[in-house]
Amino acid sequence: MKHEVVEKNVGLMMILIIVAISFGTLVELVPLMFIKQTNEPIAGLKPLPALELEGRDIYIREGCNNCHSQMIRPLRAETERYGHYSVAGEFVYDHPFLWGSKRTGPDLARVGQRYSDDWHRAHFYNPRDVVPESNMPAYPWLFEREVDGTVTGKKMNALRTVGVPYTDEDIAGAEAAVAGKLEIDALIAYVQQLGTLLQTRR
Amino acid sequence: MASFWHWWIIILTTVTIVGITWILLANRKRGEGTTEQTTGHAHDGIEEYDNPLPAWWFYMFVITIVWAIGYLIVYPGMGNYPGLIGWTQLEQHREEVAAADERYSEMRSRYLAMSVEEIAKDPAVVKMGSRLFGNNCAQCHGADGKGRYGFPNLTDDDWLWGGSPDAIKTALLQGRRAAMPAWASVLGDDGIAETTEYVVSLNGRTADPELAAAGEKHFQMYCAACHGPDGKGNAIFGAPNLTNGIWLYGGTREQIAHSLRAGRNGVMPAFGDSLTEDKIHILTAYVYSLSN
Repeated sequence: MKHEVVEKNVGLMMILIIVAISFGTLVELVPLMFIKQTNEPIAGLKPLPALELEGRDIYIREGCNNCHSQMIRPLRAETERYGHYSVAGEFVYDHPFLWGSKRTGPDLARVGQRYSDDWHRAHFYNPRDVVPESNMPAYPWLFEREVDGTVTGKKMNALRTVGVPYTDEDIAGAEAAVAGKLEIDALIAYVQQLGTLLQTRR
Repeated sequence: MASFWHWWIIILTTVTIVGITWILLANRKRGEGTTEQTTGHAHDGIEEYDNPLPAWWFYMFVITIVWAIGYLIVYPGMGNYPGLIGWTQLEQHREEVAAADERYSEMRSRYLAMSVEEIAKDPAVVKMGSRLFGNNCAQCHGADGKGRYGFPNLTDDDWLWGGSPDAIKTALLQGRRAAMPAWASVLGDDGIAETTEYVVSLNGRTADPELAAAGEKHFQMYCAACHGPDGKGNAIFGAPNLTNGIWLYGGTREQIAHSLRAGRNGVMPAFGDSLTEDKIHILTAYVYSLSN
């Protein structure tokens, strides 16, 4: 085939470009969607309860994942600092994943139960009150706004369609479960469960 | 990995490598050097030479292909094929950890066998301890261990739960949960004001004697069980000494009244499940050294 044919035929060029760039996806990504090692939840993994699910959405809304990863690589330097390396089975109910790729702040994959709820409150209100060197922004509005529970059930239902095993009772009780809670309560509930299923002494 | 995906990966990877090689070779011009021939494109008078790919570029491309083939032979990449050297990420991690364990195990067991008081004087232990402290404790207690509002200062000799090596180690292993109940409904607004005034007087500060006298009755009835009849605290409950002017949650009348109204439930997380025994031992020694 002459190069010129491709260059002068935009439709053909588009098809060939799609073929060319799809190989990486087909080889590196598609098998992972189907193999057992990446699809089976680890022992004890449950879908996030309503309040923690809302906390996760606040985590996304506030862009926490722009500065914090949730992915401990199997390198000693990381497992010494953060704990057991992350495994695929921990994330099977995560849609989307919040692995992140940038660590302006520390990794949060196993931050659950590391600090007290009070510490998290103080830290979210103004990080420099507890960590003077911190350059993390303050999130004082989380202490004023209530969680909007009207769509929590719908979110659960949407997650169920992509394979997260929420029960009908979970969905029916979602709105009541978050009623009257502040956003900070939801966010802390979410953060305090991160990575707590795999515990090793380091 | 199921054999379907095994072959899927092998076939697609091979097709990619063969395809790239073919495109590279099929489009290769064997012209010598540069020519004056153009592609025939002209845009606003700008024309394009139709020269062959520079040789260094072409051979770089070939090198990447050769590299890819070599890599796929040596390292795991082709489906279930483990690669010539059998490398895995987890095995590498295990080896790193094993090498570090071997390097430090002698030192660890040596320190573990010694008492906290003894190793707290060792500069090497203090240095290691300060790094462990920086990673695990400084977020709450501060990099200097002096604490913050709500998080105790570890450098003075006032201890909520006791400052002996054993007490420090227990705090690290099991965490601490303070449980001061909220007294608003029991004492009422007047009772809170009176008790606050009495607590202020315990510090030798000027307090309204009438209110303080009324507050003392509340204190003996409700507070003395944990804080002691003289207000000097009790390390068994983590109840602070109220007479020494050291305040975890502030010592103004307003702050004391707030603690009384709402209660205080400070939590120190447990590290027994996340840090190894030798690190806890070294951390205990470091924390002990901060005030001794």
